[in-house]
Amino acid sequence: MSQRRRLAISRPVTGACGKTGSWRVFSPLIDREKCNACGLCAMYCPEAAISEDLAIDYDFCKGCGICANECPKKAVSMEREDK
Amino acid sequence: MTEIPREEYILKCTSACAGCGGTLSLRYVLKAAGRDTILVVPACCTSVIQGTYPNTAFNIPVYNVAFASAAACASGMSTALRAAGKKTHVIVYAGDGGTVDIGIQALSGAFERGTDFLYICYDNEAYGNTGMQRSGATPLGARTTTTPAGKTQPKKDLDAIVAAHKPPYMATACPAYPKDLFQKVEKALSYRGPTFIHILSPCPPGWRFSTEKTVEMGKLAVRTGMWVLYEREQGKVTINGPSKAAMVKPLPAEEYLRAQGRFGGISAEAVSRMKDDAAALAQRLQKEEKGIC
Ligand SMILES: Cc1ncc(C[n+]2csc(CCOP(=O)(O)OP(=O)(O)O)c2C)c(N)n1
Ligand code: SF4
Ligand code: SF4
Ligand code: SF4
Ligand SMILES: [Mg+2]
Repeated sequence: MSQRRRLAISRPVTGACGKTGSWRVFSPLIDREKCNACGLCAMYCPEAAISEDLAIDYDFCKGCGICANECPKKAVSMEREDK
Repeated sequence: MTEIPREEYILKCTSACAGCGGTLSLRYVLKAAGRDTILVVPACCTSVIQGTYPNTAFNIPVYNVAFASAAACASGMSTALRAAGKKTHVIVYAGDGGTVDIGIQALSGAFERGTDFLYICYDNEAYGNTGMQRSGATPLGARTTTTPAGKTQPKKDLDAIVAAHKPPYMATACPAYPKDLFQKVEKALSYRGPTFIHILSPCPPGWRFSTEKTVEMGKLAVRTGMWVLYEREQGKVTINGPSKAAMVKPLPAEEYLRAQGRFGGISAEAVSRMKDDAAALAQRLQKEEKGIC
């Protein structure tokens, strides 16, 4: 066991690469009036930052805009971050 | 097909570029593979984005190995696991440089030995991690940092090389079609023996398009016939729905090429050769599907 501990084994943690939400220039915002809950935005988000009930995790969303681009209802707008 | 599980095996978040197609691909690969999986990853974007010691965003065992040895490591790992009576999936997740150039002899050896594993090449068509140098998988005419005037050689036909090993299952995929990708990984893992999936993974900084277009670019690749979705199961070819439709009514290749900065200034001859190559591939696959070859 003591030998094992010396091996370079990384452990899984949330935020292993920092809070990537700070990368964002534009933020996705879902208009619930226009949204029909098809789930395509959540399916295509590379970061899995959109939950089943369509809540966006802004701590990690990188602002790529794929969700807005793929939304068939044009329900996602990309709003400039005021920093 | 089983329903796509909610479980995520990549914890928020990796350090991949915004809009990374390779990450979107891996998200679905792991959903299909499930918890009892070991990923073997040679040097590539994926080995970097997983995080730095002592932390990782990947919530399954990952073995990082030297470039040329991924398939050889996976071979030993699979043999040891099977000898211990374990069914754990062994999956190599390697880039195109690590596959078509550097790892190809180990890949060939593992396929010839009949290793029980799945080899996945996620193809961003260059050496992404080190700054987009050309690889054997870079398409004709594409600008990379080492082909500033556009590559003068066509893309190496990796799938034909793998097919020559007659694996029980091989397929192509693209993260713009996540359900199709999920199903293919499930199917590959249901076979014993070496299986292979080649995933075209759009890469915003490398291909020079803006980050929101990753899925759109993948769909364009398929709809223009520049990428064909198909499977080869026990030698039998099936062209998948989106590519079948594209073979009947393809979009012009220019729609895909013009959308990417890397094809800026591409010559008319290069475009015409790419179209000819795509048409020849479509014809060959259609013949194989009908059993004429
Ligand atoms: C033997 C060796 N040569 C070179 C490198 C440097 N290197 C690390 S990743 C990489 C690029 C890998 O390209 P690819 O396999 O296409 O994966 P991508 O980065 O595009 O995801 C290179 C050249 C290395 N790690 N080891
Ligand atoms: S893609 Fe658009 S319509 Fe569909 S769930 Fe997301 S926001 Fe709603
Ligand atoms: S902007 Fe990109 S990272 Fe953020 S929620 Fe949309 S798809 Fe996900
Ligand atoms: S360079 Fe391309 S493949 Fe690599 S992390 Fe960035 S988007 Fe993904
Ligand atoms: Mg690559």
